[in-house]
Amino acid sequence: MTAIPLGVPRRLVEFTLDGQEARVPEGSTILDACRAAGKEVPTLCQGDTLTPKNACRVCVVEVEGSRTLVPACSRKAEPGMEVRTDTERARHSRKVVLELLASSVDLSTTPEAAGWIKEYEAKPDRFGPDAARVEEEPRVDNDLYVRDYGKCILCYKCVDACGDQWQNTFAISVSGRGFDARIAVEHDAPLTDSACVYCGNCIEVCPTGALSFKSEFDMRAAGTWDESRQTGTTTVCAYCGVGCNLTLHVQDNEIVKVTSPHDNPVTHGNLCIKGRFGYQHVQNRD
Amino acid sequence: MRKRDRSPKTYTRLTHPLVRDSRDAPFRRATWDEALDRTARGLRAARGAFGMFSCARATNEMNYVAQKFARVVMGTNNVDSCNRTCHAPSVAGLSAAFGSGGGTSSYEEIEHTDVIVMWGSNARFAHPIFFQHVLKGIRNGARMYAVDPRRTSTAEWAESWLGLNVGTDIPMAHAIGREIIHAGLVNEAFVERATTGFEEYKALVEPWTLSLAEKVTGVPAAAIRELAHAYARAERAQLCWTLGITEHHNGTDNVRALINLSLLTGHVGRYGSGLQPLRGQNNVQGGGDMGAIPNRLPGFQDILDPDTRLKFESAWDTVIRPHYGLNLTEMFEAMEDGSLRAVYCIGENPAQSEADSEQAVRRLKALDFLVVQDIFLTQTAELADVVLPATAGWAETDGTTTNSERRVQRVRRAVTPPGEAREDIDILCDLAARLGHDWKYADAEAVWNELRSLSPDHYGMTYERLAEHQGIQWPCPSTEALEPTYLHGRLWDPDPARRGMRAPFGIVLHDPPVDLTDEEYPIRLTTGRRLDSYNTGVQSGGYASPLRRGEAVELCPEDAERYGVVVGEQVRVASRRGSVVAPVWVDTALRPGLAFMTFHFPDEVDTNRLTIEANCPIAGTAEFKASAIRIEKLPAATHVR
Repeated sequence: MTAIPLGVPRRLVEFTLDGQEARVPEGSTILDACRAAGKEVPTLCQGDTLTPKNACRVCVVEVEGSRTLVPACSRKAEPGMEVRTDTERARHSRKVVLELLASSVDLSTTPEAAGWIKEYEAKPDRFGPDAARVEEEPRVDNDLYVRDYGKCILCYKCVDACGDQWQNTFAISVSGRGFDARIAVEHDAPLTDSACVYCGNCIEVCPTGALSFKSEFDMRAAGTWDESRQTGTTTVCAYCGVGCNLTLHVQDNEIVKVTSPHDNPVTHGNLCIKGRFGYQHVQNRD
Repeated sequence: MRKRDRSPKTYTRLTHPLVRDSRDAPFRRATWDEALDRTARGLRAARGAFGMFSCARATNEMNYVAQKFARVVMGTNNVDSCNRTCHAPSVAGLSAAFGSGGGTSSYEEIEHTDVIVMWGSNARFAHPIFFQHVLKGIRNGARMYAVDPRRTSTAEWAESWLGLNVGTDIPMAHAIGREIIHAGLVNEAFVERATTGFEEYKALVEPWTLSLAEKVTGVPAAAIRELAHAYARAERAQLCWTLGITEHHNGTDNVRALINLSLLTGHVGRYGSGLQPLRGQNNVQGGGDMGAIPNRLPGFQDILDPDTRLKFESAWDTVIRPHYGLNLTEMFEAMEDGSLRAVYCIGENPAQSEADSEQAVRRLKALDFLVVQDIFLTQTAELADVVLPATAGWAETDGTTTNSERRVQRVRRAVTPPGEAREDIDILCDLAARLGHDWKYADAEAVWNELRSLSPDHYGMTYERLAEHQGIQWPCPSTEALEPTYLHGRLWDPDPARRGMRAPFGIVLHDPPVDLTDEEYPIRLTTGRRLDSYNTGVQSGGYASPLRRGEAVELCPEDAERYGVVVGEQVRVASRRGSVVAPVWVDTALRPGLAFMTFHFPDEVDTNRLTIEANCPIAGTAEFKASAIRIEKLPAATHVR
C-alpha cells in the first residue's frame, strides 16, 4: 500500500535576525522568518500563493557577507546567516524604490503604500513635475473588470497567476523591454479579443488595484466605494460541485466583489468566471 | 462573427408569494398565510400521491428537512432531486461496487498522481478549479489522457486524446481491461483479495480485442493500448468522469465499466489512486447524503435496513415506509398514469432541465396541485398553483454544502433576502405545523446537530470544526480525529474481517445509444456545458459575460460545408421528438457527424426538445448525451440575422 507522501523531513534552520536568534523550518524565506518574528517588511510583488519574480525590490534586507541587498521574499534562510532588516542601507533602498514607484505610477489604491512612504520618508515629488509617469486612461473594454495601466508596477503577479503558476491560460504577458515594458494581451488588443477567460485570478493577486472589478471601479468613480462599510463573508459557490469557497464583499446589502481565501484547500485563492462574477442573479431584486 | 443582438431573459427575484385562483387565472400576490394555507390544503388532499423535488443547490440542512417533510409529514419516500438528471449513475455504480456513493479521492491527491484519465469530462470548462489541481498534477509529471468524442479544451492538455464515438464507452473500457489482462498487468494480489467476479469479467471482455474496439469506438488500437498500459503500469492513477459517462440510457453500466478498470489494477483505496466523479451542482453530493433520494435515509443509510429505519422512526416519532420511493424519472411517469397528483418542487426547474421538455411540461400541467419554492419565477414556477419566494441558499442562509470530494463546508449568510422571501427551512416547518407536525429548529445548526446524531459519517463535524478545518470530508465519525482523504483503504487490509465486503466486477454489456442515426437523422447530437454559463441559465444569465454568445448548434467545418451553412446562419435542428431553430457555430473540436449544443439558453433555443427521454433503468438518468438530429437549411425568406 502506498503511504501518504510526507515529503522530506524539514529541519529547523538557525540564524540571526537583527541580532536575535531565529529558528525557521528548512526552506523558509527570510520574509517568512521576519513575519514569524513579528517584523514588518513591506512587500509588493510577493504573494502568498505565488513564487515571486523579485521585481519590486521593496523587501530588501542586508545579509552579512553579501555584496548586494537581498530580497527577503525569495532568499531562503540558511544556517548561521546574519540578517539585518532595518539598516540604514536597507531603509535607504526601500525609500528610493518607493520614490521611483510612486513618482511613476498611481499608488493611491495600493494598501499600505501611504504608510510606507511616510515611514521611509520617501519623497516621490523630488523628481519634479516632469518625472516620467505612466499616464493612461483606464481600459474599460468589458463589463467584468478594468485595467488601469497608470497603477501598474510591473510586478508580474498577474502574468504568473494567468500563466503556469495557476490558471494556465496565458492570456497576458510582459511585452516590450525596459521603459516600454508593459503587461499586455497578444497584439495589445481589447480583452474581449484575447484568450482571457475572465477568471479574475489576476485581480486576486494584483497589489496596486491596476486590475479591479468593474463594480469597484465604478463605485470608486462615483465616490461610493467605502471599505469601512463592507463586510466579508466566506461561503460556498453556487455553481458546479467543486465547492469553491467565496468571500463575498458586501456593501449596503450589495455584493461588490468576490475573492477566495488564499489558504483554502479547494481554491488556493483561485476562482472561475462564474464564481468570481456570477453573483448578480441574487441581487436582481426588482 | 460579431455578437448577435440578444436580449436574453434575465430573471428578477421573487419577493412575495403568488397564488392563482384557478388554473387559467393569472398569478396574484398573496400573503404568506394564504399561500401556506392553500399549499397545506393542496398537499393534504394528495396524501399518498405526493412527490417532493428537493434542491441540489440548497444546503444540507434544507435537504434534510425537505426529505423529513416527505417521509414524516407526507408519509412517502418519493423524494429526489436533479442528481437524477446527472450523476445518479455514479452514485448507483459506486455504491454497488464499494457500498458508498461518493468519489473515492480528494482534489489534492490528483496533484500527486502519475496518470490521470479524464473520461467524458470537459473539466477545463465545467469544473475549472478542479482542473487547476489536474494542471498541478500534470506539471508535477503526471500524464493525462482525455477520452471524449470532442477534442475539448481539457483534451488540449492531454498526452493523448481518445476521440471515441458517442456511446461506445463500454467497448473502450472493456478493450482496455482485456489489454491489461493479456499484457499481464493485472494487480493479481488486489484482485484476489479485494474483488469478486474476475473470471466472469475476464470472459466478458475477451471478445473486445483492440481491433474490434477500434472498429466500434473509432479510436486507433494503438491509442487504446497506450492508455491501457499507462493506467495499469502507473504507481498511482486517477480515473475521473463527468456526465459524458452518466447521461446515457445505460449510465450506471458505463460507471461500472470504469470501476472495473480500477479493480483490475488496484487503483482505488490508496493515496493518489482513485475514482473521481465530478459533480455538477454545488450540493448534489450533499442532497443525496442527506436522504433527499428515494432509497436512502440521511447519512446514505439504506431504507430497507430495519435497524436503520428503527433508529429514524424513534428519532422522528413516525413510521417509515419499508420500501424505496419513486425517483424523479419515475415520479414523472407516475404523473402520466395519474398515481402522482401533487408535487412540491424546491429550487428545481424540471420544465426546462428534463429531457424531452415538452413532455415534462405537459405532465406538470396535469397535476392537481403544484407548489414551487424558488428564488425566481422559473418556467416551472409559471406552471404552479402556489409560488413561495425563498432565499438563495449560498448567499442568504446559513448551513453547509458537500462538494465532489465529500468535503462538507460552511455556507454563510452574507446578504439580506429581498422582500418577503423566507428561508426554505422556515417555510417547510410552517407547512409541517399546518399539517400537524410541530418542528422547532432554532437555526441551521440545530438541524445539522439532529443530522449528526443520526448519521455516523457526519457525527464528528460540528460547525466549529468545519470552520476550523475549512471543511471536513466524510466519513468523519469522531469529533477528535480526521479520516484519510481517500475512501476504501479497507480493501488493502490484510485482515479479511477488516477488509469487509469485496468489490464485485460489474458484468455489463455494450448497448449503443437508443436514438440511432440513420439517413433521416444522420448527425449525432451531444450536449454539455460552456465555461461561463450554467444549466438552464437562470443564475448565469444574470451577469454580463464577455464570452457569452448565446445558444448555437456547433458543427465541424466539414459538416458545415456539406450542409452549406455558415457561422451565424439560422438553421432548423430536428430530432425524432421536436425541432428548434438555432444559429450555426463552427468548432474544429468536433468531427464529421457530431454536433454539440448546451441547454444554457432554453428561452432562446430549447435544446431539450431534441433530447431523448431514454432512461437508465437503474439510476433513471436520461440519455442527454446522444440524440440523432438533422440540420435543415431555412428558406432564405426566413433567414434572420
